[in-house]
Amino acid sequence: MAYTEEELKKELETKEYEYGFYTDIESDTFPNGLNEEIVIAISKKKEEPEWMTLWRLESFKIWKEMVEPEWANVRYEKPDFQAISYYSAPNKKPKYNSLDEVDPELLDTFKKLGISLDEQKKLAGVAVDIVMDSVSVATTFKKTLAEKGIIFCSISEAIKEHPELVKKYIGTVVPQKDNFYAALNSAVFSDGSFCYIPKGVKCPMELSTYFRINQAGTGQFERTLVIADEGSYVSYLEGCTAPSRDENQLHAAVVELIALDDAEIKYSTVQNWFPGNKEGKGGVYNFVTKRGLCEKNAKISWTQVETGSAVTWKYPSCILKGDNSIGEFYSIAVTNNYQQADTGTKMIHLGKNTRSTIISKGISAGKSQNSYRGLVQVNSRAENARNFSQCDSLLMGNECGAHTFPYIEAKNKSAQIEHEATTSKIGEDQIFYCNQRGIDTEKAIALIVNGFSKEVLNKLPMEFAVEAQKLLEISLEGSVG
Amino acid sequence: MLKINNLHARVEDKEILKGINLTVNAGEVHAIMGPNGSGKSTLASVIAGKEEFEVTKGEVFLEGENLEDTAPEDRAHKGVFLSFQYPVEIPGVSVTNFMKTAINESRKAKGLEDMPAKDMLKLIREKSELLEIDRKFLSRSLNEGFSGGEKKRNEIFQMAMLEPKLAILDETDSGLDIDALRIVANGVNKLKSKDNAVIVITHYQRLLEYIVPDYVHVLHNGKIVKSGDKDLALELEEKGYDWLKQEAAV
Repeated sequence: MAYTEEELKKELETKEYEYGFYTDIESDTFPNGLNEEIVIAISKKKEEPEWMTLWRLESFKIWKEMVEPEWANVRYEKPDFQAISYYSAPNKKPKYNSLDEVDPELLDTFKKLGISLDEQKKLAGVAVDIVMDSVSVATTFKKTLAEKGIIFCSISEAIKEHPELVKKYIGTVVPQKDNFYAALNSAVFSDGSFCYIPKGVKCPMELSTYFRINQAGTGQFERTLVIADEGSYVSYLEGCTAPSRDENQLHAAVVELIALDDAEIKYSTVQNWFPGNKEGKGGVYNFVTKRGLCEKNAKISWTQVETGSAVTWKYPSCILKGDNSIGEFYSIAVTNNYQQADTGTKMIHLGKNTRSTIISKGISAGKSQNSYRGLVQVNSRAENARNFSQCDSLLMGNECGAHTFPYIEAKNKSAQIEHEATTSKIGEDQIFYCNQRGIDTEKAIALIVNGFSKEVLNKLPMEFAVEAQKLLEISLEGSVG
Repeated sequence: MLKINNLHARVEDKEILKGINLTVNAGEVHAIMGPNGSGKSTLASVIAGKEEFEVTKGEVFLEGENLEDTAPEDRAHKGVFLSFQYPVEIPGVSVTNFMKTAINESRKAKGLEDMPAKDMLKLIREKSELLEIDRKFLSRSLNEGFSGGEKKRNEIFQMAMLEPKLAILDETDSGLDIDALRIVANGVNKLKSKDNAVIVITHYQRLLEYIVPDYVHVLHNGKIVKSGDKDLALELEEKGYDWLKQEAAV
C-alpha cells in the first residue's frame, strides 16, 4: 500500500519528537572561485574518504579542459564560474520570525497550492514549531524502509556508510566527462540523495526527498544515485510543487538511475524553481543531467513536470542495454514570461526487443521559448527495437515559441520508430465556449491546459498529480487576457 | 425575459446589427430566420456577450437587467445559454468533466457549494437518457472526433444539464439527420416550461415542425424586417426570402 504524506503525518502527530537527532551545523561559506584546493576542501568538509576526493579531483581536471555547450536553443548570460561559492553549509537559522515577514506573493501561491501553515513556514524559511519538524517523521519513515533493507539517505551519508555501493555505481551512467555540467557537478557536488533497493524488494511507499533528513541546503550541485537491484521496484519523487526561491542562480544536478535485471524505477519530478520576474530578471539556470541504465527486462520511467527556472536544459534519458528493457519519458514543460526551456530525452536502444515511449507536452505562454529535443538511437545489434514518440505543443498568445528537434538514428533495419507531433493554440473560440458555459477565462485556460497535459499527469502518483495540476494553473495565471 | 432595444453591433469596422428590437417573454418560443449573412449568429453572440462584437448603440436586458457590462460567464450564470453552430473541441477534457466544471462554476457564482458527486451522476444519467445519449460518449473528449450530429446533441445535453432561462439554439438543426433532429427537438420540448424561453435560429422550416414557435422573425441586413406567427415560416419555405428583401428595400 502506498503511504501518503498526510497519512504519515497523522500517524506521527501522536508520537513524541525525538530530540537531539539533528546536529546543528553553523553556517559557513567558502570564498568564491574554483580550484583544486576548493575541491579538496569540499571533500574534507564532508569528511569523505580518499577515493572520493580523488574522484572529485579527476572530475575537476576533466572539467577544466571542457567548454560550456552552446547547442541548446536558449540564450542567457554565461555564469562566471569563479564568482560562485562552491560550498555553503545548510543554514539552520530561520530567515524570518513569523509569516508576516514573508513576501505576500509567495504566501498567496502557497495558499493556492493548499500547503498547510506549518509547511508554509518551513518552505519560506520561518521558524517552525518543534513538533512539526520533519525529523521525527523521517525517522519513522526510515525505520519502515530499514525493515525491508532499503537504504535511503543523503549521498554524503552513503559515501561514508555504504562506500562499496557508491564506489561501484557512481559515474557509471553519467561519466565525469559526459558533459561540461556533469563534470562540474562531479567535482563539487554538495549533497543529494542515495537510494538502494535490495533484490526482489518492492519499495512499499513512494520515496520522496521531502522525508530525507538534513534535506535543507542540498545546494546547487545536487547528486542523486538510485540503484534498484534485481527484481526490485521503486517509485521516487523529486522536488516540490511549492515555489523554491533560491539565491543560487546556477543549478547543475546529476541523477543516475540503475535498474538491474527485472527491476523497475519510476522517477517523478516536479520542478518549480524561481523562474525570474515578469520582466525576465533573475531566475534559476537549471542544467541537469539525468540518465538511467536498464539491464535485462528492466524498466525506467521518467515523468517530469517542469514549470520553474529561467533557463532549463534537461534530458532525462534511458540506456536500454539489456534485452527486453523498457524506457519511458513523460514530460510537461511550461514556460511563461521570459522563461526558456530546452528539454527532452534520449532513448538509446542497445539490447534486443527494447521498447521506448516518449510523450512530451510543451506549453508556452508570454514571451517564452519552449523546445523539445529528443534522440532515439537504435544500435546495430538492437533487433526489433521499437519507439513511439509524441510531441505536442500548446501556444498561448502570439509572442511565445514552440520548437521540436527530433533526432533519429537507426542502425538496425528491424527498428520501428514512430514520431507524431502537433502544435495547437488556445483559441478565443475555445475560451468563449467555456465562458458561455459559465467558466471564467482563468478557469477555462486551466481546463484546456489540464486536458492537454492529461496523458502525462496520469503517470504521476496520485497525490503528486493533484498538486502538479494546481501548479500548472498557477504557472499560467494571467497569461491570456 | 429578454428585451432588446435598437441594438447596433459591429465587428471591426463592419456594422452587422443595425437596430434590432425584440421582446421575448417567459414561456415563449421565438424563431429567427433569414438568409446567410443577415446577422442571425451575430445576434446570438451579442446576447451571449462575445467580446469580438462591439455594441455601438442600444441595449440588451435580461429580466430587466442591462447586460451591457456583464461578462459572458456572468451572463451564463444568469441563465443565458447558447447552443453553438460550430461547437469547439477541447482535447483531453471529457464531456462529464466539462459539465461538472460548468455547473460548479455557476453554483459558486450563486454562493452554493459544489454539487455532490452523487447528485451530479444522477443528473447526468437523467439528462443523457432524455437525449438518448450513450454514456460512453460522456467520457470522450469534448467534441473531439464527434460527428456533426453528436456535436449538436451534446449541445442540447449541456443545455439540459444547465437548465437555462433563455436558450438560444444557433442552427442546431444543421448537420442533423431526421432521427437526431427528432431526438434533439424532443429534448428541447421537454425542457420547455412557462419559466424559460427559447430562441431558435434556423434557415429552414424543418426544425420548426418539431419545435413549434410562438413567433417567427425574419432578419435581413441586420434588422428584423418581418414578424409573424408560425405560418410565416411556412410562407418563407414556400416563397424564399427574396420577396422580403424586396419589401425591405422599398
